Amino acid sequence: MKYIEEFQDPRLAQRLLDEIHSTVTRPWAMMEVCGGQTHSIIRHGIDQLLPDEVELIHGPGCPVCVTPLEVIDKALEIASRPDVVFCSFGDMLRVPGTGRDLFRVKSEGGDVRVVYSPLDALRIAQQNPDRQVVFFGIGFETTAPPNAMTVYQARRLGIRNFSLLVSHVRVPPAIEAIMRSPVCRVQAFLAAGHVCSVMGTAEYPELAERFGVPIVVTGFEPLDILEGVRRTVRQLERGEHAVDNAYPRAVRPEGNPAAKAMLEDVFEVTDRAWRGIGVIPDSGWRLAERYREFDAEHRFAVDSITTEEPAACRSGEVLQGLIKPHECEAFGTLCTPRNPLGATMVSNEGACAAYYLYRRLGGPTAPKETSTVG
Amino acid sequence: MCLAVPGKVLDIEDRDGTRMATVDFGGVLKEVCLEYLPDLRVGEYAIVHVGFALQRLDEESAKRTLQLFENLGMLEEEFGDPWAAAAATPEAQR
Ligand code: SF4
Repeated sequence: MKYIEEFQDPRLAQRLLDEIHSTVTRPWAMMEVCGGQTHSIIRHGIDQLLPDEVELIHGPGCPVCVTPLEVIDKALEIASRPDVVFCSFGDMLRVPGTGRDLFRVKSEGGDVRVVYSPLDALRIAQQNPDRQVVFFGIGFETTAPPNAMTVYQARRLGIRNFSLLVSHVRVPPAIEAIMRSPVCRVQAFLAAGHVCSVMGTAEYPELAERFGVPIVVTGFEPLDILEGVRRTVRQLERGEHAVDNAYPRAVRPEGNPAAKAMLEDVFEVTDRAWRGIGVIPDSGWRLAERYREFDAEHRFAVDSITTEEPAACRSGEVLQGLIKPHECEAFGTLCTPRNPLGATMVSNEGACAAYYLYRRLGGPTAPKETSTVG
Repeated sequence: MCLAVPGKVLDIEDRDGTRMATVDFGGVLKEVCLEYLPDLRVGEYAIVHVGFALQRLDEESAKRTLQLFENLGMLEEEFGDPWAAAAATPEAQR
């Protein structure tokens, strides 16, 4: 779906595009934070419909991609144990750890199961009291409340053979880290709609003010993204930097209070490493002290595993918007979704995989015009 | 995984002291936890992420989104067989 006629409402899409084209007078670089948005932008060719002046930088918003190699290695170690049932979302199966992935662990005899919801993993624990059931708890503020509720339920129901391998990440500290980078080119943010469905918008005015950037809460359907870009360009051209909600049908300013309260109870804020980027202060959640017995890292004593990331993969630069995926020398040659070098090539929401799947770029030098086939 | 899909509540029950619902996602039925939206009623729509209703949605936009996801094969990506997807070549996924 690369042509405007294929949008759900082509006339509305054209109107939004016309307005963006007529508003923009000079180059602007804005970052979409959510991997779902990146996926949607590349899949629908939205970046190619926008005026040349508007550059979309694909941010670190794919939780699968930013889960640190070290945590993947811990997951692989735990999943290999004969007494463990290791439960995960499907997209983690092919994420490369050091030398292998969960898919391989399963083929080597590990009991790795894919679940739709963390509550499914809890049910498996109830049904298998003699096995240790571990759930791989990754994700942003959207996924953290379901995992928090699951741990809360495990404690309430006294299910002691359940634990969570936690690698949750938070968006606002990442925005701060991106703006503090000396090579930062980002002038505005499209904030992730579903993160804000949970968290609301209260965390953003301070960031918008401090760094002088517009932050526009944006959904991830094609028309939502065009509307987010339209409002962002309007602010940039007027020299404004406010928080604006372009996704009100799913985002209320207060977010979801019950989910936020559960997050506060079960988790505590911690420094967290992001794959390809490094440690960002206060950018993660771990289980709070009173839930520590449900922490898989403690239960299986894998705290000592530390891993360095391979140098060939430039996903860190991709995640910070310093290069586009096809500018990486390994893109499409050494690195494909079948044989990913870095996590951004694994997940459909990773920028490298999105470019590979929806835009057949030959390599680093492929011109923009040849990119809309397939 | 990041996807949050709108669904319609078909019925609600209490299980082990937890408020659970059967939710219809364009024909695919799933068990969904309502603890974060306890006042959601049968017949209403919500955005659901990994088995949890996170925010209410009006019927019209919910249906529009579901239609779009269906057309793009995204419901299959979300609810299909993840082992098959992980084993398949990316070309075959398209
Ligand atoms: S193309 Fe592959 S090696 Fe290059 S940055 Fe992306 S994931 Fe890393």
